[in-house]
Amino acid sequence: MNSPETERQVVRFTRLERVLHIIMIVSFISLALTGMTLKFSYTGWANVLSRILGGYESAGYIHRIAAVFMFGIFVTHLYNLLTKKRKEAGSLRALLLGPDTMLPTKNDLQEFIASMKWFLNLGPRPQYGRWTYWEKFDYFAVFWGVFVIGSTGLMLWFPEIFTLLMPGWFINVATIIHSDEALLAVGFIFTVHFFNTHLRPEKFPMDLVIFTGRVPLEEFKEERPKEYEELKNSGELENLMAEPYPDIVLRAVKVFAWTALSLGFLLVVMIIYAMVFAYR
Amino acid sequence: MAILLAIAACGIAFGQENSDCFACHEDASLTTERRGKAVSLYIDQAIFSKSVHADLSCVTCHSDLEGKEMPHEVPVAPVQCGTCHTSEEDLHKESLHGKAVARGDALAPNCQSCHGSHAIVPVRSRESVVAPVKIPFVCGRCHQEGTRVQREREIPQSRILENYSESIHAEGLLKKGLVVSANCASCHTPHLILPHTDPRSSIARANIANTCTACHTQIEEVHRKIIKGELWEKQEHVLPACVDCHQPHKARKVFYDQGMADKDCLRCHERASIRASDDGRSLTVKADPLTHSMHQKVSCSQCHAGVNASRHRPCETIVQKVDCASCHAEVGQQFQRSMHGRLIANNDPNAPTCKECHGTHEVKGRTDPKSPIFAINIPVLCGKCHQEGKKAAVRYTGSEHEIISHYTESIHGKGLLKSGLTVTATCSDCHPAHNVLPMSDPASSVNPQNVPATCGKCHHGIQEQFVTSIHSTMVNKTDKELPVCNDCHTAHTIRRTDIEGFKLDIMTKCGRCHEKIANTYFDTYHGKVSQLGYTKTAKCYDCHGAHDILPISDPRSHLSHDNVVSTCQKCHPGANRRFAGYLTHATHHDPDKYPFLFWTFWGMTGLLIGTFVIGGVHTLLWLPRAMQLRRARQKKLQADNEEPKKQDE
Repeated sequence: MNSPETERQVVRFTRLERVLHIIMIVSFISLALTGMTLKFSYTGWANVLSRILGGYESAGYIHRIAAVFMFGIFVTHLYNLLTKKRKEAGSLRALLLGPDTMLPTKNDLQEFIASMKWFLNLGPRPQYGRWTYWEKFDYFAVFWGVFVIGSTGLMLWFPEIFTLLMPGWFINVATIIHSDEALLAVGFIFTVHFFNTHLRPEKFPMDLVIFTGRVPLEEFKEERPKEYEELKNSGELENLMAEPYPDIVLRAVKVFAWTALSLGFLLVVMIIYAMVFAYR
Repeated sequence: MAILLAIAACGIAFGQENSDCFACHEDASLTTERRGKAVSLYIDQAIFSKSVHADLSCVTCHSDLEGKEMPHEVPVAPVQCGTCHTSEEDLHKESLHGKAVARGDALAPNCQSCHGSHAIVPVRSRESVVAPVKIPFVCGRCHQEGTRVQREREIPQSRILENYSESIHAEGLLKKGLVVSANCASCHTPHLILPHTDPRSSIARANIANTCTACHTQIEEVHRKIIKGELWEKQEHVLPACVDCHQPHKARKVFYDQGMADKDCLRCHERASIRASDDGRSLTVKADPLTHSMHQKVSCSQCHAGVNASRHRPCETIVQKVDCASCHAEVGQQFQRSMHGRLIANNDPNAPTCKECHGTHEVKGRTDPKSPIFAINIPVLCGKCHQEGKKAAVRYTGSEHEIISHYTESIHGKGLLKSGLTVTATCSDCHPAHNVLPMSDPASSVNPQNVPATCGKCHHGIQEQFVTSIHSTMVNKTDKELPVCNDCHTAHTIRRTDIEGFKLDIMTKCGRCHEKIANTYFDTYHGKVSQLGYTKTAKCYDCHGAHDILPISDPRSHLSHDNVVSTCQKCHPGANRRFAGYLTHATHHDPDKYPFLFWTFWGMTGLLIGTFVIGGVHTLLWLPRAMQLRRARQKKLQADNEEPKKQDE
């Protein structure tokens, strides 16, 4: 087998995308930890966690700062899309309806059905392309989450301003939406998303592609045969080839990734405990 | 016919001749029922006609019947003797007896108790029931051993009638028929009977000489045996008053050859070796503590009453223990009703008497820092019995424990013991020293009904607020139990209200009664923050007020329509009318009260469950395939590794 150092790798994510994802991890975990202490304030762990975070006021500041970063990521990403539109796709139409679109397509539906068949042993593994349907789902889940949690979060942040426009009980409604949508996001990211993209048995213990941005050519061929074929045929593949990162970088990435993963799992355990054993 | 009618009319209009009354009341069998007993209403016309009031018509005294149709209705108002006998009535009102009547004491005597009613004859008449010879028997009806008055009221003297009957005064009056000899009323006055502690009393220490010299006019001229006619003027306070030697009620015809000034007692009692003959306890009395005590002007015999100066050892006739109530009558009476006093009445060996708290010869005032009843010393004093494990604490069955140590840690205890603030509440400020009663007693200072007033003695401003609040019994006429000070502040562990512990505790305190509203509070932001252990958020009293809680419907309430916005603004300066519409006690569990929240919650929960079911199923189905891929890849890797090996070979 070729050692990882010499193995050629295919670049899948740009530097900006990777940086945004790292910031998002930090921001999301900060938001989740600080938010859940409040949501599950009736549990012992929430009390301890709140103390660790420096009290509810400090937790509140962390929550808001992290939220600002989340908004920042969102805006940066949208801006990046516009740049891409100008540089690569040329027009919005090309960006949205091109082969690498993030929007759901008919092909995604077919791939979904094919996947179900594959799961049930009724067909072969689909020839996944640049973006699979579950990746697109995760991608739009973030859009939805930022919109729902972000808007209600702003209402809770500035109730004095928002109640100039809406009745006071909207704040109560916003609280429920904010906290339950957050519970959904946290629960989904720390279980389904973790499995789908990082923890799948064939990738176990961890898929580092989102941090390094590159995937070994062999794995790429296997995972996304359709995209590989297209890239090979168009001759683009050579442009996307890169050397793997040195060991030290990979080790640092792993430490970070494992920390994030552990915090996520810990939070899931604590939430399950709070909802099953201490619910009120 | 017309004349007959006129006479009949007159008969009705002026029909209140005594004869009209006697028409019924001379019937010996006429009775009425009072307090379940049949009482005769028969009035002997013969006796009445000889009475001093014979010339008066019945309605002069029974004035409420004037102009009423006969037969009159019952009950008849009590006769007011004071209408004519004004000065006597005024004196009686001021007296012990009159005060007791005013309090509604069933044992207290009124005019009739001594003078009778329809048979009253002039006092100077020998027939009078209050003729001098009869007075001791009139008074003795109540003031002799075994009567309810003697048993149930605080009467410092014992065996009054018996002692009197053996005295020189009774010998003169009863044996020799000498009507000028002193009877009860001669010393105590007939109507203005006052305790000797009252400076106006005829038997007050300062007045007793005057009272005795009313008869014994020349006594100072002839009475030189002990006082030698000079110390009276020079050192009045060290000299005994008449009664110190001539015991009231017992004055005998004897010559006293022993003095009873303190130095005479100390002649024996200063000796270190003096011991009681029965149990060998020391009877030594040091002159020094006595002279520095509150009682420095009180002679031994005043407390150790019952000395007989005619004996070689005047003290050998002492049978009674020192009774402080003989001077401190009011306190004594309170104490008798208190829990401590009741225990003593039951001969409980654990019960404290005066001396347990006040000491004996060295008794000091409460402002003297050396006194056991000085504010700072009180917790220690009460702790002698009420500390955990001590005799009062072990028999106590209520809910307050570790009273003394809790008090010491409380805001009051710290104020008193750490800051040395002597005006801080000590035990006796809430549990009045001589009137300690169990909480269950409606007269107790710590009975829930009285707690606001007790705390209000110092915290008056708070009490004023509280009594107008919805929690006050004056405002709220509910049959439910209303909280008083200690329900929120506790009794012995009272904390500063600006510390974290108190602030976080208040929700559970309010929640004991307002269970639902406290629970729903914890569902909202404020509640969640406080549940995390932080106080910088709205707690019950921040919005509702603390002592001035009123229903929201009351315009004075902090949460009334006019006030609610400014209440929110205390923490949220930008709050507006709609902001105040935030539901601070909302729950998403109540579809009737909060349908929006209920459906939002279940909508979100549906979304959550739906997403997880789809995501979960997708993942679980994927898992076996992914495992397969992993195994296949591992196999391939193995194969790849083996191939080069083969080539190497």
